[in-house]
Amino acid sequence: MTQINVRVDGVTYTDDVEPRTLLVHYLREQLGKVGTVIGCDTSNCGACTVHLDGAAVKSCTVLAVQADGGEVTTIEGLAPNGGLHPMQKAFHEMHGLQCGYCTPGMIMASVDLLKENPDPSDSEVREGIEGNLCRCTGYQNIVRAVQQAAGEMRTAGNGHTSPAEVDTAAAPHVAAQQ
Amino acid sequence: MIPAAFEYARPTSVDEALQAIAEGGDDVKVLAGGQSLIPVMRLRLAAPETVVDLSRVAELRGVRDDGDALVIGAMTTHHDVMTDPLVQQYAPLIAEATETVADRQVRARGTFGGALVHADPAGDLPAVALALDAEFVIAGPEGRRTVPAAEFFVDYLTTALEEGELLVEIRVPKLAGEWGMRYEKFNRVAQAWSIVAVAAVVRRENGHIAEARIGLTNMGTTPLRASAVEAALAGAEASPETIAAAARSAAEGTSPTSDLNAQADYREHLVQVLTRRAVTAAAGL
Ligand SMILES: Cc1cc2nc3c(=O)[nH]c(=O)nc-3n(C[C@H](O)[C@H](O)[C@H](O)COP(=O)(O)OP(=O)(O)OC[C@H]3O[C@@H](n4cnc5c(N)ncnc54)[C@H](O)[C@@H]3O)c2cc1C
Ligand code: FES
Ligand code: FES
Repeated sequence: MTQINVRVDGVTYTDDVEPRTLLVHYLREQLGKVGTVIGCDTSNCGACTVHLDGAAVKSCTVLAVQADGGEVTTIEGLAPNGGLHPMQKAFHEMHGLQCGYCTPGMIMASVDLLKENPDPSDSEVREGIEGNLCRCTGYQNIVRAVQQAAGEMRTAGNGHTSPAEVDTAAAPHVAAQQ
Repeated sequence: MIPAAFEYARPTSVDEALQAIAEGGDDVKVLAGGQSLIPVMRLRLAAPETVVDLSRVAELRGVRDDGDALVIGAMTTHHDVMTDPLVQQYAPLIAEATETVADRQVRARGTFGGALVHADPAGDLPAVALALDAEFVIAGPEGRRTVPAAEFFVDYLTTALEEGELLVEIRVPKLAGEWGMRYEKFNRVAQAWSIVAVAAVVRRENGHIAEARIGLTNMGTTPLRASAVEAALAGAEASPETIAAAARSAAEGTSPTSDLNAQADYREHLVQVLTRRAVTAAAGL
């Protein structure tokens, strides 16, 4: 076991993990953050996308020990207190999902894309989410949703990136400090 | 699936890393960005006894100007390579090819050195390093040595790195004169590996092609140079006709495989088309 210190959705955790534990399993099984899902065994689908130190990564392809000292934002911490981030709201309004399995990863990748390119063309959106597979929508409404969120976020001036207050009741074994 | 259990070492310098590798037992794996290694460990195609994580070795990250060469640290991520102003200025081919690698999440973690050491025949960066005559600086228990790209890629997923050694940095010579570069990649879906790709580097002089260097991706077990095309282009007039004629020998000396993505003869056809396109663009036509 190796001890790690990691800040997830605004809360600092100190935990023992096996070095082979994948970040996604740590988030889901040790912290109870089941909003982040696993869709494949080959690092292709992007369903597990979270932000690690400000960049979108596939949390199934990062070891939990590699996040030691780092800051993770999951879909659960994207907007404060049960509210919706403009990207979440746009996916809802533009019908950017059907089964919803790809959605947490799509949203995390899209938010990362807009940080680098706040006003993307449709083809830049498609390229920006090339690491995320959706088996339902055909992507059209996902692209529309990202464009709607981009418009709203440009008007608002900046992204809602402040980490949320998080209920750690789902992971009662974890000593959480603010 | 999750990887098999392993011992984990996280050195903070090259010397510490070499020591951790030496002490790690029979089956030690170096972890760079993990974007190739972690998937194969998840599938249990690799189950190393010890993993030596290079992510905290700061001296391996970054790009610097070393006079006649650009030096790229092995642990520089794909994202940092493609957005680096020195890379964009002196080796835009590397930036262009890196943009086609995988997707933004993989590019945020995957590294230049990791992609080169992994030496996948469909990987985009080996052919680029070969076309640019890059040099590989390798550290081992006995000190450092430098290996030219032409000798670095030995076989399928195999490089000149010996057990116990580390790739430290890649030196890319700065080119003098008027050079153009182009990476032409063919794949069918976004985020997919190259079915075939061509890296062309062309020096122009008075309407002629003074020198052409052409690297081929996925036309054999290692990246290859299209020597017959290079010879036909040296000193030739920079015209669409000459380039098209020269590109016809692009498959000479190659040995592409047949797989789910394409048959070998399809690859032999594709490489001629992509060579024509890449050289034409690199020649500024
Ligand atoms: C979904 C997906 C799509 C991809 N698509 C492409 C693509 O289109 N084109 C492409 O080129 N690549 C692609 N890749 C691979 C990607 O480029 C990886 O980043 C790269 O192959 C490995 O780099 P890494 O830093 O992640 O290395 P790791 O996975 O950490 O290591 C790879 C291998 O190299 C060894 N190694 C790494 N660094 C060193 C070093 N400094 N010294 C000695 N040994 C070292 C490791 O021990 C391991 O054996 C894709 C990957 C994924 C997951
Ligand atoms: S679960 Fe991580 S990429 Fe599919
Ligand atoms: S909504 Fe079902 S996979 Fe995308």
